[in-house]
Amino acid sequence: MTHYSVFSVVRNALTGNRGWSRAWRDPEPRPEYDVIIIGSGHGLATAYYLAKEHGIRNVAVLDKGWLGGGNIGRNTTIVRSNYALDGNTQFYEWAMKLWEGLSHDLNYNVMMSHRGVFNLAHTPAQYDAFARRGNWMRLNGIDAELYNREETLKHLPYVNPSKDFRFPVYGSLCQWRGGTARHDAVAWGYARAADRLGVDIIQNCEVTDFLRDVSGSVVGVQTSRGPIRAKKVGMAIAGNSTLLAEKAGIRLPIESHVLQAFVSEPIKPLVDHVVTFGAGHFYVSQSDKGGLVFGGDPDGYNSYAQRGNLPTVEHVITEGKALVPAIARVRLVRQWGGIMDMSMDGTPIICRSPVDGLYINAGWCYGGFKATPGSGWCFAWTIAKDEPHEYNKKFTLERFREGRPIDEKGQGPTPYWH
Amino acid sequence: MSGQSNRLAAGGRIDRVRQVGFRFDGKAYQGYAGDTLASALLANGVKLVGRSFKYHRPRGMLSAGVEEPTGLVTVRSGGRQEPNVPAPMAELYDGLVSRSQNAWPSPSFDILAINNLFKPFLSAGFYYKTFMGPTRKSWMLFEPFIRKAAGLGVAATAPDPDRYEKVNAFTDVLVIGSGPAGLSAALAAGRAGARVILAEQMPGLGGALLDEPAGNPSDLWLKAVVAELESLPNVRLMPRTTVFGQFDGGTFGLVERVADHKAEPDSHEPRQRYIVLRASRVVIAAGAIERPIPFGNNDRPGVMLAGAVRSYLNRYAVIAGRKAVVFTSNDSAYRAAFDLKAAGAQVTVVDARPLDAAAIKRIESKGVQVHAGHAVAEAVGGKAVSGAVVAPFDIATGRCTGGFTRLACDLIAVSGGWDPQLHLATHKGGARPAWNETLHCLVPAGEGAIEHHAGAMRGSFGSAAAVAQGFAAGTEAAQKAGATGSSGSAPISDDLPSGELGQGFAAVFDVPPPHGLREQKRFIDLQNDVSASDVKLAHLEGYVSVEHLKRYTTLGMATEQGKTSNVIALAQMAKLRGLDIPQVGTTGWRPPYTPVALATLAGHETDNHVKPVRRTPFHAWNEKAGCVFLDTGLWKRAWYFPQGSEDVNAAYRRETKAVRETVGVVDVSTLGKIDVQGPDAAEFLNRVYVNGWKNLEVGKARYGIMLREDGFIFDDGTTSRLAEDHYFLTTTTAEAAKVMSHLEWLLQTAWPDLKVHVTSVTDQWGGVAVAGPNARKLLADCVADIDMSNDAFPFMGVRVGSGHGSVPLRIHRISFSGELAYEVFTPSGYGSALMDLLMAKGKAHGLVLYGVEALGALRIEKGHVAGNEIDGRTTLEDLGLAKMASTKKPYVGSVLRNRPAMQSEDRQRLVGLRPVDRKARIRPGMILQPHGGPHQGHGLGHVTSTTYSPQLGHSIALGLCKGGMSNEGQVIDAVFPLQGDVVPVEIVSPHFFDHEGKRLHG
Amino acid sequence: MRIACPYCGLRDSSEFNYGGDAERIRPDLSETDPEPWLAYVYERNNPRGPHREFWHHLHGCRQWLVVTRDTATHEISDVAMARDAMRARQSSGGRE
Repeated sequence: MTHYSVFSVVRNALTGNRGWSRAWRDPEPRPEYDVIIIGSGHGLATAYYLAKEHGIRNVAVLDKGWLGGGNIGRNTTIVRSNYALDGNTQFYEWAMKLWEGLSHDLNYNVMMSHRGVFNLAHTPAQYDAFARRGNWMRLNGIDAELYNREETLKHLPYVNPSKDFRFPVYGSLCQWRGGTARHDAVAWGYARAADRLGVDIIQNCEVTDFLRDVSGSVVGVQTSRGPIRAKKVGMAIAGNSTLLAEKAGIRLPIESHVLQAFVSEPIKPLVDHVVTFGAGHFYVSQSDKGGLVFGGDPDGYNSYAQRGNLPTVEHVITEGKALVPAIARVRLVRQWGGIMDMSMDGTPIICRSPVDGLYINAGWCYGGFKATPGSGWCFAWTIAKDEPHEYNKKFTLERFREGRPIDEKGQGPTPYWH
Repeated sequence: MSGQSNRLAAGGRIDRVRQVGFRFDGKAYQGYAGDTLASALLANGVKLVGRSFKYHRPRGMLSAGVEEPTGLVTVRSGGRQEPNVPAPMAELYDGLVSRSQNAWPSPSFDILAINNLFKPFLSAGFYYKTFMGPTRKSWMLFEPFIRKAAGLGVAATAPDPDRYEKVNAFTDVLVIGSGPAGLSAALAAGRAGARVILAEQMPGLGGALLDEPAGNPSDLWLKAVVAELESLPNVRLMPRTTVFGQFDGGTFGLVERVADHKAEPDSHEPRQRYIVLRASRVVIAAGAIERPIPFGNNDRPGVMLAGAVRSYLNRYAVIAGRKAVVFTSNDSAYRAAFDLKAAGAQVTVVDARPLDAAAIKRIESKGVQVHAGHAVAEAVGGKAVSGAVVAPFDIATGRCTGGFTRLACDLIAVSGGWDPQLHLATHKGGARPAWNETLHCLVPAGEGAIEHHAGAMRGSFGSAAAVAQGFAAGTEAAQKAGATGSSGSAPISDDLPSGELGQGFAAVFDVPPPHGLREQKRFIDLQNDVSASDVKLAHLEGYVSVEHLKRYTTLGMATEQGKTSNVIALAQMAKLRGLDIPQVGTTGWRPPYTPVALATLAGHETDNHVKPVRRTPFHAWNEKAGCVFLDTGLWKRAWYFPQGSEDVNAAYRRETKAVRETVGVVDVSTLGKIDVQGPDAAEFLNRVYVNGWKNLEVGKARYGIMLREDGFIFDDGTTSRLAEDHYFLTTTTAEAAKVMSHLEWLLQTAWPDLKVHVTSVTDQWGGVAVAGPNARKLLADCVADIDMSNDAFPFMGVRVGSGHGSVPLRIHRISFSGELAYEVFTPSGYGSALMDLLMAKGKAHGLVLYGVEALGALRIEKGHVAGNEIDGRTTLEDLGLAKMASTKKPYVGSVLRNRPAMQSEDRQRLVGLRPVDRKARIRPGMILQPHGGPHQGHGLGHVTSTTYSPQLGHSIALGLCKGGMSNEGQVIDAVFPLQGDVVPVEIVSPHFFDHEGKRLHG
Repeated sequence: MRIACPYCGLRDSSEFNYGGDAERIRPDLSETDPEPWLAYVYERNNPRGPHREFWHHLHGCRQWLVVTRDTATHEISDVAMARDAMRARQSSGGRE
């Protein structure tokens, strides 16, 4: 396995780039593992931390298609830890801390770009709410800056400065450590690093059911490539969580919804940060290649189709053009949809399931990408130790029964409003 | 015309009478009306138009259409500046200004061309392997340089002065493409009586027929068919219109380029029109795109697709080279070869296939040399092609088999076959395209539910077949859409082009260098600089699935989304993996088919029209009174009414004081208003509110709270009973729409047998609150027929009557401010009349206008909760409202509100807060922490609402705090670490003022 | 997407608001056991394939509809008035 560095790049370049080896092996599944993780998004991170932090290396990651082909490869690549509510704040900040060292940790450049995430406020009330969130962030050791209108527009010269704009900019909350990362690189980096630690990554292996023992405990999975046994099985297949959980007799408080994302043709640097529009739902950043990557609200109906419809396209682009007028004549080159696990309070679930041997990582709504390292780290902990870490102890399934939702948007059990 | 050295003296479909001047990179050129920027540049001998993305290699035009990967330029300037325009798609107009991209100082001398020397280091994925050290944030050091080097053109820097339109349209049959198949389909459907829209992305109708020499017999066919279509009133022909996407329910997205072929739109015109089209059926006749063949340095300006060479020749009378090598693996390129020859060029064909003797004879009889069983292995030349390296080639192994020779040439025209345009047929998912072993291309696996496929897009590459298929598709589409007329017979004609050599198709996806020739880059994706060696590297490193290949190498991710590269890469990967192409799989296409300007999709809803504005019936009146408005959702609410130089703080303090001392009036029209009628209305309200409603008398109002189904507080408001079976329900401004939907939901799905009807009347009724010690006296002066005395009209009473001047009124005696107060509603049309009346009578009573800032201050002084407290996460207990909940009846949320954690004493509950130092200010956004610290984590709670209380003379606040009022009297800290602020505050009753409520009964 | 509203005819989905799973059973208001309420509020059918779901014709007749739509293809196979569908379910004792 080649160690990646500027030296290895130069050495290989001089020898015709023939010396590179596979980033990960393509093994046949073994009959049994200590742990099977289903899903190669957060699942890859989980396997990596199981091996690295807990010494559990007899692990397989199964994916029904190609590695990283789920939501980890179909998002708008935003990384931030600017949450308000107790539980979310600390969890996402832990993820952020892992992001900060991730390229080094994995020996794979995931292009973590701490370019700053700006949430724009358009009314005094919104500004006050942002101030509250920023204060909570600061009190939890997270960077946050509150900017007034003038400061905001100075930082963001491409944002509509007009007072005649339907929703003039009033101020903003910024997290400078927030930004973007290259989504595919995250999947590949975790895959390569986990593979190096002995994890088997098995693609094109669809889990169709669980193997159960007489007591009903999960003792493995039935797959398109035959049965594979395991002491513990973790599922991290956001978008399809409910379908598989149902095989174990668990009804998850989750609906699958389509969220569209968009990319423009590449242009020279224009949008230097991640910016969110506060009087609607629009967020944008610019990839290192030059494309504007943006999105908005989910289409708002259950879907597994990985594609959306025009009303949402219009909503998103209307707001985007109003917010950043310079993009008017820039063109959209691609539009796609990801299937989101929309939970009933907008907050994820990382816990032991009610069925012994089965562990659940689900309900990421459309915030899963930024959580990847933290999600994998906490899920690995939960699987290894059979109890949650402090960071994910609030992300239980029982919170709904107990009346302890973590409802960042205050929308209640209407998943598509989160 | 001087300068147009490559323009033929005759021929083409341009308008030679209208000369057109244009600029490229500062230099003036001439062309003709009917030219594209690409054809005009080529006519002027300009082959080098830009530099590539990664290696900054010189690049020219590859194609003559939407698939153009390299001939991208920036056109226009200022607010109309448009980057990354494919020059073949830019129609020439007089005064067009264009610039090359990604080249500095110029395409022929580009500083960053130095990247080309480092190309071994810049292989696929190199950035994943480096730029990591030495610090954890090292990427931040490198990223700005990479970003600056990447990207193509520059976005406009001034606002776009053009308008855009969105149109909704409907049709029976949508036909996509105007080649022989599309035209025949439109004809069949049109004759049958179906409503037809035919969309053609190019300016002229005819598709590939326009690539035939002008004056060809096929022009007669075209003219006749178009004339008949134009005569059919039910057929709409739309050139310059691209169908960019197929969506659910027969919905299609179209862009009509109304004015892009002009310097600027006419005054009545939008630049582009976005059309959302709903069609019953669609005939996809989108044609095919020619596929290049990778060989060494195949990106040199002068390497072009053979069909494009022919297109430039026959549409624009532009000869792309005088000494041409045509490299092909199929028959189609011979048309280009023969037409070039006829135009006076010297032509040599290099055909990868072994040809039979008859074919060779036929070719040579046209004066064209042919090397059968050979391939072009490398293009010679730097900024332009000067030769081709040719070697014997074995199709079976895909390798050159012998020594190579060099042919001098200034053009290499390539054809590796044709790829049907499956884009629109895959937008809805469905079956993945199938590999056709004869044609060596992907064809549709089947037709979608409303689709009909015809012509080259389904692999039928001849005109006659296209006509027959198109006509059959159009006939069937019309029938399925309900048309009953006859389509007659298909316009089959001998005038249509024919004459293939009958040598079939060969698969050539790569030409590796023959022995002894140094390996050069063989580009696949010319825009993203992805070459065969990148595919090889991806394979070596295990990025072997199609998706990994695309993502790792960025292949197919460029502006044309891999129209000329995807299949080649797929085939190369299949070969490396030792699999058949179908086993490797394909990726689907995503909308849009070609890039769409964002402004077009935004339509007219932009800037201050991005969302509608909701104005209250008093808006104009408020405006005249100098009101400053506040955005609340879509509403413009009256925020404050400054006098002189007052700011919001000065104004609201004055307004608040006046309400407490005399009387004020505030616009409360934004409250949601719902008319509830029916014999079961009382029962209905009893179920949706936590408190009891059955004993509310007619003529009385009551404050009510609704919970969500999960038991958290949903909304609150006052509802009055106007008659036995008639209630007037009010909601908060923010939740009005949701409450309305919720009530309808309950009536239609949960309790369908309740006889109740709800109607939103928010916009039908305006409302003002009249509050203050003089409120009764003022209203008594205003009303004509209502006894306003305390006995006749007690607190929580409701009266219906009219004001002087016959202003209809509905008056509720309720109070949010804690003063003697009334909410006075009037039908929206009477808004101004009511205000005029109040103001006329108000002078005597010291009436002031106040806004929502003062309204907020008044309610905080009284400890009334509002949206800041009812934030979707609070319970009745949290806000001290539990005693309102009835224990005698069930209501929405009554079971789940009793879940253990929701009843926990641990929860944060409503408190009043006042600063220990009365001069200190409690600010919105503050967090509650233990006094003296440590200030960390989420703490005890947070401040929800703050104001300065003019009555008390200091800052006050409401907050949610652990333990709630059980900690009354305790001192805690309110902190604002964002600005380093700490204010010790005392927990006090949230009822800061007139605790006993004497004033509102006064 | 277009929905054939029984009152208004075939209309674009942008006129409608989504209401989620239409097969969850709302307990009778008099039900005091939290279990059926928890199931009703938090547990939804989420199939890949045909899905019966509520839509509200917000910018039309304001009727709630029960739409049968395939979540994998977005094809709509049936639309009914929610009031009728719910009455039918209630008269059949809560289950269909």
